[in-house]
Amino acid sequence: MKSFTVSKAVTALMLAGLVLLPLYSQASGNIFILTLFTRIVILALAAASLNLIMGFGGMMSFGHAAYLGIGGYAVGMLAQEGVGSGFIQFPVALAASATYALVIGALSLRTRGVYFIMITLAFAQMAYYVASGLARYGGDDGLTVYKRSDFSGLINLSNRTQFYYLCLACLLGVIFLIWRIVNSRFGLVVQGLRSNEQRMQAIGFPAKRYQLVCFVISGTMCGLAGALLANNTDFVSPAVMYWTRSGDLMVMVILGGMGTLFGPVVGAVVFLLLEEFLSQITEYWALIMGPLLLLIVLFGRGGIMGMLGRVGRG
Amino acid sequence: MLLVVEQFLNGLQFGLLLFLLAAGLTLVFGIMDFVNLAHGSLYMMGAYFAATFAAWTGSFLLGALLALGATLILGIVLEMSALRHLYGRDHLDHVLATFGLILFFNEAVRLIWGPAGLALPLPVWLTVPVPILPGIHYPAYRLAIIVVALLVALLLYLGVMRTRIGMLIRAGASNREMIGALGINIKLLYTLVFGLGAALAGLAGLMQAPILTVQIGMGENILILAFVIIVIGGIGSIRGAFLAAIFVGMIDTLGRAFLPNLLRQVLSGAAASTAAPALSSMLIYLLMAIVLVVRPEGLFPANRR
Repeated sequence: MKSFTVSKAVTALMLAGLVLLPLYSQASGNIFILTLFTRIVILALAAASLNLIMGFGGMMSFGHAAYLGIGGYAVGMLAQEGVGSGFIQFPVALAASATYALVIGALSLRTRGVYFIMITLAFAQMAYYVASGLARYGGDDGLTVYKRSDFSGLINLSNRTQFYYLCLACLLGVIFLIWRIVNSRFGLVVQGLRSNEQRMQAIGFPAKRYQLVCFVISGTMCGLAGALLANNTDFVSPAVMYWTRSGDLMVMVILGGMGTLFGPVVGAVVFLLLEEFLSQITEYWALIMGPLLLLIVLFGRGGIMGMLGRVGRG
Repeated sequence: MLLVVEQFLNGLQFGLLLFLLAAGLTLVFGIMDFVNLAHGSLYMMGAYFAATFAAWTGSFLLGALLALGATLILGIVLEMSALRHLYGRDHLDHVLATFGLILFFNEAVRLIWGPAGLALPLPVWLTVPVPILPGIHYPAYRLAIIVVALLVALLLYLGVMRTRIGMLIRAGASNREMIGALGINIKLLYTLVFGLGAALAGLAGLMQAPILTVQIGMGENILILAFVIIVIGGIGSIRGAFLAAIFVGMIDTLGRAFLPNLLRQVLSGAAASTAAPALSSMLIYLLMAIVLVVRPEGLFPANRR
């Protein structure tokens, strides 16, 4: 086991960059970069949660954006009804996402392969239409969150730097949790199920139950990202749940490197920076982004982490 | 009565249109084991080509024919340049690569045709209402869609089940190495199947174009519907796609037409008018969920493997 690899060095460099970013932003007076990276960190959290089931569990969820929406709507609806406390909003957001994941997971896990991809997609579309039908909460137009979650002086979400660090702490916490899960007995069973479900079942593990628990944990984590996202944009709309957003999350995971701990974070940073960079050069940024994705799939197996790994081995 | 017949026909017409889209998708998936998310983009391109060519030539029919050829060529070019390198890869690679293509096509369309939608006006002879039953008229164009789609469905069935090419296609679906070993040019066969799928999507797009506006992203909503259909029908099964498409088209159309009134019988007016639109959009997804729970392989799984 080598102690130093290129991918580890890049990961460390990126993390240091993320931690120091507010200092740079303050020193240079560039507020925009902080706002941009808050968004990146939140979506990296969502991508990491997807990676837990997709990369480690082999469950290709194409409906993960639904949790972003559910977490976001939990915050938005409570704020609308006058419940501004984050101590209530965030637990409700997590509980709502977990409940949704439990129901959807129990149904979806009856299928496998492409059917699983499609049924998760369909359920997310259902959530999208439910949100579009919520006339009291903005319907199609979405819901403005006039006041960010209130943590009674403990942390001020309206302060850009504090909010950024909160998001970063959540991201790192989630990645730590994923690391612990993946290396636990539970995580090993889930990874075993990815490689050979029949064999694991023959040994005596109740496959579906393990996968379902993993599915629910992933959904709950993504719900946290949703609650943060609603606070970041001060707005939540059905569009957050649209299926192309689930596709974006998938792209981030695969781009960075599926089944690696920090791959999704790298993927989210690269994907969103690329989007930002290309959109500054040309209005038609997707014209470049699309074929770029195609090329990455064709030539870059294992994503960026995979490529870095190959560089490291020379 | 009038309304019921009309909505019934609308459902049939929508279902047949969905079938054209789903047939291409399920052919490509069943035979080449390729998940093509960009199928909806080909549908969109069909509509844009038709609107453009119809404006150039001044003839709706000529424009439609040219558009059909153009999507066929586009599909073949796409397959030869990029997608053929992805066969045999993980499904996830297909999803990601074709997701990239969606971004590309949407943006390319915005660059070429601009962000505003296009309209494809119908010739006068297709706009007249046709009497179908005593006292009941139905728009000629929608009838034409029904006829064309049924014809295509029949041709597709005969082509796949009764011709030599169809036999090779079916053989390729069961065992690609074997028919390659028999000296069949499987690369060419795959290219042709993909082109056929693209042309079917284009046909669906160009026929739908005069009813809706031609706009960016129009393929995405309907692509999901097509996926729902092939999942309900059983992936790889043309028969399943046909029956499921009709079923979904009916449920979707009838649900939108009659669900609000039905709900009003049991709920208060305000609650009903809130719930009805969301519920009617959800109906088919509910249907799919129920089907998958009862029969995870779909209703009419292709009887191979």
